[in-house]
Amino acid sequence: MDLAVDALFFVTDSALDVLPIIVFLFAFQWLVIGERMPNGGKIIVGFVFVVVGLGLFLEGLEHSLFPLGRMMAEQLTHPEFLLDTVEHAVAEFTWQDFYWVYIFAAAVGFSTAMAEPSLMAVAMKANTVSGGAIGVVGLRVAVAIGAGIGVSLGCFRVITGLPLPYFIAAGYFIVIVQTMAAPREIVPLAYDSGGVTTSTVTVPLVAALGLGLADAVPGRSPLLDGFGLIAFTALFPIITVLAYGQLAILRGRNSKTERSDRNSE
Amino acid sequence: MKDSLRALARDAVNSLRDLTPIIVVIGVFQAFVIRQPVDGLLSLVGGALLVVAGLTFFIFGLRLALFPVGEGLAHSLARKGSVFWLISFAFVLGFGTTVAEPALIAVAGEAAAVAADAEVIARTPEAIDDYAFGLRMTVALAVGVAIVVGVLRIIANWSLPILIISGYTLVVLLTAIAPPEIIGIAYDSGGVTTSTVTVPLVTALGVGLASSLKGRNPMLDGFGLIAFASLTPILFVLIYGMVV
Repeated sequence: MDLAVDALFFVTDSALDVLPIIVFLFAFQWLVIGERMPNGGKIIVGFVFVVVGLGLFLEGLEHSLFPLGRMMAEQLTHPEFLLDTVEHAVAEFTWQDFYWVYIFAAAVGFSTAMAEPSLMAVAMKANTVSGGAIGVVGLRVAVAIGAGIGVSLGCFRVITGLPLPYFIAAGYFIVIVQTMAAPREIVPLAYDSGGVTTSTVTVPLVAALGLGLADAVPGRSPLLDGFGLIAFTALFPIITVLAYGQLAILRGRNSKTERSDRNSE
Repeated sequence: MKDSLRALARDAVNSLRDLTPIIVVIGVFQAFVIRQPVDGLLSLVGGALLVVAGLTFFIFGLRLALFPVGEGLAHSLARKGSVFWLISFAFVLGFGTTVAEPALIAVAGEAAAVAADAEVIARTPEAIDDYAFGLRMTVALAVGVAIVVGVLRIIANWSLPILIISGYTLVVLLTAIAPPEIIGIAYDSGGVTTSTVTVPLVTALGVGLASSLKGRNPMLDGFGLIAFASLTPILFVLIYGMVV
C-alpha cells in the first residue's frame, strides 16, 4: 500500500515537472502558428513515457549513482586504504596522499566525456564546417582531456579546501586570453562544449563524489567545499578545445607554407 | 509498432552506453585498487537498471512528443520573423525545458539536503522541498533569460565573446558579496542546466534562426546559446543566495 502511494507521488511529481514545457508548446502551436497539434495520440503516449521515465530515473539515482559516488569518495579517502599506499601516520595526511582520488576523478571525467553521444554530433558538424581542419577524434579527445583535468582538479580543491572562486576566475581568465588568440570559428563551439560534457548521468555521480569527499576529509564541510566539481567539469573542456583549435590552425598554416614552398620551387 | 520498438531499443543502447564508462571505471577501481567487498551490491545494480530504464523511456518519450513539435515550432517561428513571438518563445523554451531537466531535479534536491544538514535552512521536509523548488525555479528563470539574450544576439549580431566576458566579470563581482555557502551551488548550477532536454531544443532554435537570417553563418551564430545557458544560472543563483 505504502509502495503504491509512493509510486503515485513519484508519477504526479514528474508529471508536474514535464507539464510546463508541454503546455507552452501546445499554446504556441495554437496561438502563433494557428494549427492544431498534429498527431495528438502520439504526443500523449510520448508524454506518458517521459513522465514514467523521469520517475524511474530519479528513483534509480537514489539507489545507484548517488551512493556510488559517495562510496568511492569514502573508500578512496579511508585511513586504512591510505595507510596501504603511504608510509606515514594518519595525522600527517597531505593532499598528495589522496592521489588515487585524482586518478579516479580523471578516469571518470575522461571516459564519460569520450562516450558522450551529443559530443559526437557536434564534432562531426564542426569537422564539416571547418573543412576538415578540426578532426572528429581530435575534438573528442580534447573535450575528454578537459573533463578529466576538470574533475581531478575539482577533487584537489575539495580536499585542500582552497577557495573555489579563485580557480574559476583563473580558469575564465585563461579562456578570455585564449579567445583573443584562437581562430574565430572554434570559439562558439568551444564555449558550448563545456555544457555538453555535463550529461544527465555524469552530473549526479560527480556531485555525489564531491559531497562524499567533503564529508570524508577532516575539516571540510559539504556545504562550503562539496560543490564546484560540475563547474570545473564545464570549464576545462573550453580551455582544451580552444587549445586544440589553436593547434589545428597552427598545423594547417605550417602545411600550407610547406606546400607553397614546394610550389615556388 | 516495429519501428517504435526499434527506436526504443536504440534509446536503451544509448542509455546503457552513457552508463558504461562509469561502471567500467568504478569496477576497475573496486577490483584492483580498493579490493574490498561492496556493500549492497544488489541495490546498486537494481538502481543502475532503474536509471537505464528511466533514461530510455524519458528520451524515447521526448523524441516521440517534445522534440518534433519543439523543433517544428522553432523553425516556423524563426521563419515568421516576428521578434515579439520569437523572444517569448525563447523564454518559455528555456524555462520549460529546464524545469523538466532530470539532473537539475536531482542536484537541487541534494543541495537542499546539504543546506539542511548544515542548518542554513530548517531541517523539515517542507523547508527542504521549498529550497529545492526555489533553486530550480531560479535556474529555470535564468535559462529563460539566457535564451532570450542568445536569440537577441543572433538577430542583432552582437559579439559572443564580449557578452560572455562581461557576464563572467559580473559573476566575479557578485561572488565577492554573495554568502559563501551559495557559491559552490551557484557555480555548479551553470553546468547542470544544459543536458538532455534543453540542448536539442535550444540548438534547434539557434541553428534554425541563424540559417533563416541573411548573412548569418549557422556554425558561427547558431552555437553559443548553450554558453549563455551555463552563465546566467550562476548569476541568478548567487542573487537567490543573497535574497533568501
